[in-house]
Amino acid sequence: MKFIAHIDIMPHDALLDPQGKAVEGGLAKLNLSTLTQVRVGKHIRLQVEADNSGDAGALVDSACRHLLANTIMERFQYRLEELV
Amino acid sequence: MKIGVVVFPGSNCDEDTLFALEQLTGKRPGIIWHKDTELGSVDLVVLPGGFSYGDYLRSGAIARFSPVMGAVVRHVERGGLLLGICNGFQVLTEARLVPGVLRHNTNRRFVCRPVHIKPATTHTLLTRQLDPDRPLQIPIAHGEGNYYIDEDGYRMILDGDQILFRYCGPNGELADEWNPNGSMGHIAGVCNKERTVFGMMPHPERASDALLGMTDGAQILSSLLGLSSVEM
Repeated sequence: MKFIAHIDIMPHDALLDPQGKAVEGGLAKLNLSTLTQVRVGKHIRLQVEADNSGDAGALVDSACRHLLANTIMERFQYRLEELV
Repeated sequence: MKIGVVVFPGSNCDEDTLFALEQLTGKRPGIIWHKDTELGSVDLVVLPGGFSYGDYLRSGAIARFSPVMGAVVRHVERGGLLLGICNGFQVLTEARLVPGVLRHNTNRRFVCRPVHIKPATTHTLLTRQLDPDRPLQIPIAHGEGNYYIDEDGYRMILDGDQILFRYCGPNGELADEWNPNGSMGHIAGVCNKERTVFGMMPHPERASDALLGMTDGAQILSSLLGLSSVEM
């Protein structure tokens, strides 16, 4: 089976996010100052081949823990979409 | 002491590092290519600054999986010495060879200028010859040097006396105004528990020649190399 994994990686909530702050400043300059609490992360999309969604999830989880995210400063979540 | 300097695609301080070490020891260190899987007989490996693998994903995150890193880890496991400077420090954190991570500078800028640091311990090879009360002037050049570690980790590196340097003012003052990147505890460098792996954001190799205006970096390198004194 083939799946597309949609992975979101975000800085931990407790950490200051300088990129988010910069974007928030940009929004304010567009008179969009009611848009606040901006956090900037990464979105990664990749294809997984596995016997079932459980195995695919385990592979994606391992990829996130060992490379795609640095769990000291980031958290990740993902969803799998089956390719038909 | 036999020294090897690793060159990753995107390293750009390798030549400066080779030059500074050659000036101090009188011998040109070996160059270790990132595709090498053996280091040969070296006592000290240096991971230089730069933008290894374009800093893709996170600084140091891809370099950590370079073929050479397996050999570097075995070198450390054998008790070999390892120094990571700037991007080299980022590689060390990604490889979990030293604790913590390096995040984007809080001021969102790439900061390239001389700063002052002072040793936080003299119980390491890298800092044993330094005066803890004398600030050293040394350049930094990074966008991601904001040292972070969670509370438990911070307590662990304090208890383990693993903080090598802190950013400070010209008279040794510890204050936010002298912290160029927002690092927790003004930390500019840390070592592993075994005190054999050293990571620092400032560039000692760029402050090792009187012609360049700063020589405090040579003192740091000399301490590591066990050279008794530096004459510039």
